Amino acid sequence: MVTSVTSFSRNGVSDWLVQRFSAILLGAYFIGLFGYLVCGAGVDYAAWHALMTSVPMKIINTLVILAIAAHAWVGLWTVTTDYLTRMTFGGAATGVRLAAQALLVLLLAGYVLWGLWMIWGA
Amino acid sequence: MKVSIYRYNPETDREPYMQEYEVDTQGKDLMVLDVLALVKEQDPTLAYRRSCREGVCGSDGMNMNGKNGLACVTALSIVAPGVLEGKKALVIRPLPGLPVIRDLVVDMTMFYNQYEKVQPYLINDTPAPAIERLQSPEEREKLDGLYECILCACCSTSCPSFWWNPEKFLGPAALLQGYRFLADSRDTARDDRLSRLDDPFSLFRCRGIMNCVSVCPKGLNPTRAIGHIRDMLLERAI
Ligand code: SF4
Ligand code: SF4
Ligand code: FES
Repeated sequence: MVTSVTSFSRNGVSDWLVQRFSAILLGAYFIGLFGYLVCGAGVDYAAWHALMTSVPMKIINTLVILAIAAHAWVGLWTVTTDYLTRMTFGGAATGVRLAAQALLVLLLAGYVLWGLWMIWGA
Repeated sequence: MKVSIYRYNPETDREPYMQEYEVDTQGKDLMVLDVLALVKEQDPTLAYRRSCREGVCGSDGMNMNGKNGLACVTALSIVAPGVLEGKKALVIRPLPGLPVIRDLVVDMTMFYNQYEKVQPYLINDTPAPAIERLQSPEEREKLDGLYECILCACCSTSCPSFWWNPEKFLGPAALLQGYRFLADSRDTARDDRLSRLDDPFSLFRCRGIMNCVSVCPKGLNPTRAIGHIRDMLLERAI
């Protein structure tokens, strides 16, 4: 049995909402970007650079990175609490699950910081 | 025809095994429960549950050729087409995911514990009227497709989320009954009922795979009921 609830929110409703809203944001972002690349014929480095360094785009990119991290966390937290349990790991389950979750948190936090650094740094 | 049955007697067997039987149905397309009765004539040690033999009591839920159902209302030609012609065997196992007590008899405690958690009874703290608490025909109609559940556990034991977290995810059967009382116009505990369901496990472990819908012998739709509860929870939260 999964006893240690390590979900950040501890609430299924907000997890569910986070997952759906982040999915909508990500879907819209990638469809929009794809549309821009397809329609905006002859996008060159200068145009791309100008787009990505504009302040509105920087804000959107920041939101997208946070959405990816939140979406991934809710999903992976669910996966770990489904499969890394006593059924698969016996008495060691809680330790294995916490270790996996800690690794995931560090990884996601690393990605977020790295992404923010790319967007806002230098 | 060939029948292959899961056997396990914890007092004598180290581990479960499949036992093969040869049964003569005289070409008749029997229900699986009738075939089990024929097997039991050959081998009285076989253990399984049954009572009404007409799909009412819910005691003979089992896994037949990979699909959960009630043995008494499942015809051979439906669950294992070709079995009468000897093209394949009828394969019977206990409901998956619950501890086996013996052969096809499983321990339903986990299932009933989850059922108990949804408080499957009317709660109304207003003074009792002299006559029954009345419902309009429309209000009563909302309970259709909910009250018919016979708690056979076919749905919950076909649900992967219930297999992985049977103590924390309530499972389709309990959630369907939870909604049966949430949808009842005479019940006044709606808010309390919802508060018990908003953690990440009890309801939100449902991933909408709809295994539960595909096996319910009463043709009920737990996934839809779960969706209705989720809507109620979202409405309450926003
Ligand atoms: S919902 Fe259907 S499958 Fe599930 S316990 Fe009730 S009758 Fe059985
Ligand atoms: S729809 Fe939900 S309750 Fe039904 S089998 Fe799938 S995960 Fe389980
Ligand atoms: S024996 Fe009662 S439902 Fe099958």
